[in-house]
Amino acid sequence: MKKKLVILGAGTAGTIMANQLNKKLKAEEWEITIIDKEQKHYYQPGFLFLPFDRYTPEQVVKKIDKFIPKNIQLLNEDVQQIVADENKVLLVNGKEINYDLLIIATGSHIAPQEIQGMEGTEWYKSIFDFYTFDGALNLRNKMRTWEGGKLVIHICEMPIKCPVAPLEFAFLADEFFRKKNMREKVEITYVTPMSGAFTKPVAAKELEYLLESKQIKIVSDFNIEKVDTEKSQIVDYGERTVDYDLLVTVPTNMGDEVILRSGIGDDLNFVPTDKNTLQSKVKENIFVIGDATDIPASKAGAVAHFEAEIVVDNIMRFIEGKAVSPDFDGHSNCFIETGNGKALLIDFNYEQEPVKGTFPIPGIGPLQLLKESRINHWGKLAFRWIYWNILIKGIPIPFVPSKMKTEGKQINKK
Amino acid sequence: MSEKTIAGYSVKCNDQGFMEDLNQWNKEIALALAKEESIELTEKHWEVLSYLQEQCKNETAITIRKVGKSGIVTIKEFYQLFPKAPLKTASKIAGTPKPVSCI
Repeated sequence: MKKKLVILGAGTAGTIMANQLNKKLKAEEWEITIIDKEQKHYYQPGFLFLPFDRYTPEQVVKKIDKFIPKNIQLLNEDVQQIVADENKVLLVNGKEINYDLLIIATGSHIAPQEIQGMEGTEWYKSIFDFYTFDGALNLRNKMRTWEGGKLVIHICEMPIKCPVAPLEFAFLADEFFRKKNMREKVEITYVTPMSGAFTKPVAAKELEYLLESKQIKIVSDFNIEKVDTEKSQIVDYGERTVDYDLLVTVPTNMGDEVILRSGIGDDLNFVPTDKNTLQSKVKENIFVIGDATDIPASKAGAVAHFEAEIVVDNIMRFIEGKAVSPDFDGHSNCFIETGNGKALLIDFNYEQEPVKGTFPIPGIGPLQLLKESRINHWGKLAFRWIYWNILIKGIPIPFVPSKMKTEGKQINKK
Repeated sequence: MSEKTIAGYSVKCNDQGFMEDLNQWNKEIALALAKEESIELTEKHWEVLSYLQEQCKNETAITIRKVGKSGIVTIKEFYQLFPKAPLKTASKIAGTPKPVSCI
């Protein structure tokens, strides 16, 4: 009888897994099943551009089954529970699916209900998210006719998916309102629970000028307790307040509720996972990839892409009865739109903070690290094509290995 | 990174005054760091500090939410103990790293 590998979630991480394992595992020995209740696969980095009318909705969505190899069983079902002790998954429809190996790729989603007053009568009227397709589209419609006032861009609490996205939103908003000749009517404030917009020393030194030159006000160390929709204010636990006319918030991010129902997650439903092997701490035949983990890496598609190689290698080792290998270094890589046709690129891992340099070819580039350039912006736009055609198909990206390269980076030796 | 003398001890600190090695921490250092923040450490403060240190040793990211669910203090009480920026201030006194994002 064939052995069974089950993947929960067909988002970025799960789809990469399906494609890579389909090539690695022998079809006569393994049966692969992937389960996701969604019908659509979204290019989530595109949600940043939707509110500014720079991407159309059609550019960021495709059918979920388009990217799953035909010989893999795709179940369009909702998962009720993982029963780790019995190596099985229960579906909401009552079916049971046994597995020999489980990969959890259930991602993270916004949970506005975690903050009092957020998801009430003003949700999608004066309070918006841009982390969902609906949120980004509703915000686009609002921004098309908004006449100005206090725009507050806000992070509820960490960790969040793509931690730089709200900052990019602020930069793009500055450009958007300038181009509409109404920048003087808009006051942009960036509110964060962290100690500032930039928290790493080198980035802070190199990038603080961006906020000043774009006249973006910073409110830091702000931990939101509630939204007071009567007064149009956000209120923090220290009773500080920030007034808004338009609140663009990144709500609390949480793992999937199936993790909660299975009793295997932390207080935000993220799955305890070894940060180097990506094996779960729940049980040895469960691996976790992407936003679903509790590891201290960024929650981002690029991270899932880098993790994939390590998860596949460790699954092969596990199947062969060998010890799993601690190969994941926390590598992350992302473009940061700074507006006016420019972007930054950062490349970093658990140990190495973002620094200046050249990427992906050391000493040559053509991309510049931690420095604004036009070519970085083109890189960001080209990434949508790379995502749909290379990344989620599990094909390696040339010159960009899973392990972060130190060559080409200006690293101050301690 | 630099060496700083706190309460007579030479400790490794980053530019923002956060200790880089939790093993160098002791109660006298904590008292001195708290004084810089105009905080007088009570029994409750010490409980929060040792909770943060435990989380740090377990490599768990420290968040306001976790502190609020720790059973030691509510988030409101955390603000009363360490006013303005409780997580940052408490981490500094506890000798644990400053909470950071990716850039």
